[in-house]
Amino acid sequence: MTELMLARLQFGATTIFHFLFVPLSIGLVFMVALMETFYVVKGQEIYKRMAKFWGHLFLINFAVGVVTGIIQEFQFGMNWSEYSRFVGDVFGAPLAIEALLAFFMESTFIGLWIFGWDRLSKKVHLLCIWLVSLGTVLSALWILAANSFMQEPVGFVMNNGRAEMNDFFALLKNPQLLVEFPHVIFGALATGAFFIGGVSAYKLLRKQEAEFFRRSFNMAMVVAMIAGVGVAFSGHEQAQHLMESQPMKMAASEALWEDSGDPASWNLFSIVDVENQENKFEISIPYALSYLTYEEFSGSVPGMLTLQEQYEEKYGEGNYIPPVKTTFWSFRIMAGAGLIMILAASAALWYSFKEQLMEKRFFLKLMVALISFPFLANTAGWIMTEIGRQPWTVFGLMTTSASVSPNVSVASLLFSFIAFTLAYTALAIVLVYLFVREIKKGTEHQGEKEDRHESIDPFEREAYHTWN
Amino acid sequence: MELSELWFLLVAVLFIGFFFLEGFDFGVGMATRFLGRNDFDRRMMINTIGPFWDANEVWLLTGGGAIFAAFPHWYATMFSGYYIPFVFVLLALIGRGVAFEFRGKVHSLKWTRTWDWVILFGSILPPFLFGVLFTSLLRGMPIDETMTLRAGFSDFINLYTVTGGVTVTLLCFLHGLVFLTIRTVGDLRERARHLAERLIFIVLGMLILFVGMSYLETDLFTYRPLVTLPMVGLIVVSYVVSILALRKQKDGLSFVMSGLGIMLTVATIFSALFPRVMVSSLGSTFDLTVYNAASGAYSLKVMTIVAMTLLPFVLGYQIWSYYVFRKRVDGKDMVY
Repeated sequence: MTELMLARLQFGATTIFHFLFVPLSIGLVFMVALMETFYVVKGQEIYKRMAKFWGHLFLINFAVGVVTGIIQEFQFGMNWSEYSRFVGDVFGAPLAIEALLAFFMESTFIGLWIFGWDRLSKKVHLLCIWLVSLGTVLSALWILAANSFMQEPVGFVMNNGRAEMNDFFALLKNPQLLVEFPHVIFGALATGAFFIGGVSAYKLLRKQEAEFFRRSFNMAMVVAMIAGVGVAFSGHEQAQHLMESQPMKMAASEALWEDSGDPASWNLFSIVDVENQENKFEISIPYALSYLTYEEFSGSVPGMLTLQEQYEEKYGEGNYIPPVKTTFWSFRIMAGAGLIMILAASAALWYSFKEQLMEKRFFLKLMVALISFPFLANTAGWIMTEIGRQPWTVFGLMTTSASVSPNVSVASLLFSFIAFTLAYTALAIVLVYLFVREIKKGTEHQGEKEDRHESIDPFEREAYHTWN
Repeated sequence: MELSELWFLLVAVLFIGFFFLEGFDFGVGMATRFLGRNDFDRRMMINTIGPFWDANEVWLLTGGGAIFAAFPHWYATMFSGYYIPFVFVLLALIGRGVAFEFRGKVHSLKWTRTWDWVILFGSILPPFLFGVLFTSLLRGMPIDETMTLRAGFSDFINLYTVTGGVTVTLLCFLHGLVFLTIRTVGDLRERARHLAERLIFIVLGMLILFVGMSYLETDLFTYRPLVTLPMVGLIVVSYVVSILALRKQKDGLSFVMSGLGIMLTVATIFSALFPRVMVSSLGSTFDLTVYNAASGAYSLKVMTIVAMTLLPFVLGYQIWSYYVFRKRVDGKDMVY
């Protein structure tokens, strides 16, 4: 194994793992904030219990998301020092702003929220959770601004042998960011919603706290429906934009070797033969690719071989075709999972409206299984985005092989990779164990804690002596 | 003042803030083992930092981000050069973060004990390794003409850097104990004060040993003696006042002075470095400085405006959160 392979493996593994928790956090905290808003506005105690129960699960998840995020802040420098030197002038800024603007906000107000139930007024407490929610969204905005620069570098000039920022607002107005950000946020909301929906379905199947979990389920499915449609639309926008910004990724995600016909048909299934640069077998839907790329039923899409020739002319000799099978299938997994989620959310809302939910046991079981789908879609989406950009780290500017740290040995990398993998595996096991435990326990334990809430003020002399 | 110099100051401020705030978090983490007698003690201690530790840690993340944005070469050279130490720092911070959250979730002895060990190591390793990092930065590391750091084990770990590491760890431990005296009540508070009173002598001894070794190993006292010497004097004065205050049970004053001691220690290291950010042992032409490691003027200007706009808010709500939870932890109202 080379340094480059190990560095890529480690970056991919730690980042994918981190991004299992991030969207769930963004989605869950939004739902919790919504529930607490209902509590404050309507004054019904059940919404407070909902905010507390789901907030509890959110906190377990948030902790893992936060600690796996620390690595992200440092590993550009650790493993990708040449990359950091080359683009730090541009890329560092959004990362620093993310910490300053979002991390401080999330971490401070989550502390206030957890410990502040009895010390803050209802409204201020509610404001705290909304600020946490805002913090998670801002965090996504800035890290995606940084990622968008890698997909579509803007707002820079080449100076002193590196990319230097010359237009800060161009980073924020990056067309890639405008399509990527809503796609990720809607995806995150869907992740939280399907988690709540699936867990609620599990409890409803066991007829435990039916009223509590029925309400949670319904609320979640409304959000799931809106988010699902949002994901689909923003995804469609993104595909159209991809055609302009990274046609090679587009072609690879369609396993399109030669230029397509006009109108272009969309491959539902292909047996891709990378060695001979052709597809052995295809099932395709006529007109569909033209519509996906141009919103018209005509237009040809350039193939990888054509683009390879163009790129060689522009960037010099080299292989500019990303791993085709990975890009092709990750796109299909993402889109397929997304479609199933939209259908499931529609069915859920229909059954709830008809008040038939409790009888549809098979559907409820399906909803439990569907908890995994947003995670599958999020992961596949990012694999497509990042693998599809190869061989570049910054499209058209810097290749991945030129980005890696020259001074980190295979031995160091192997050590860190094994250490992080073991640590993350342990985290995953503990997390799942705690989730299952808390979910099985339900909301009953919430009361116990509150009994202890009457406290003695230690500043009063008497209380102080009593305590002694 | 050039913007790159301003950003050096800002990075210094972030690390000073980090060690002041997370310093007592680390110290409290260590105290869970060395001061806590039972689970109830440990829970009290963890709850004293419960609402704060996460935000305190963000000072480090922001420091890292600020180095990346303002000094890409510093970021690239340091984080790749100190690869293995940072792996340990990260593992420690990962474990420690979830340990606080998970510890109280299951009521079993084995479970709690496991997380207690994670909290202990997670609280000792980072300050120790940061101490090693900063002392070796000061002493100089083999950085070549391409700004690449290729160091061997003895560059990281030697008598001097270990002394630095232990000193920083003890500073944090002491800071945490004094923090407990202003955040807890009763027996625990008395014991924290008692242990701090004894520890402070070891801290002073280590500081003097460290200063002496720095005189031999680095250019700390020849490079900018007129700044460094008075600062070292102030550090010693801070700890002396801190101990006198502890003895008179003026815990608040003692905490301020121990905090001042930590902040001045970090400030001294940064001022001794300036304008270098990393000293090369292969020759001063290979030093990374605030001038050759910095981002371009435009980028620094943008970041300055952003930082100056956001920092007041950040400071404002962080101080507010300390105000909200100003009440001592008395064991009656604990979340963790």
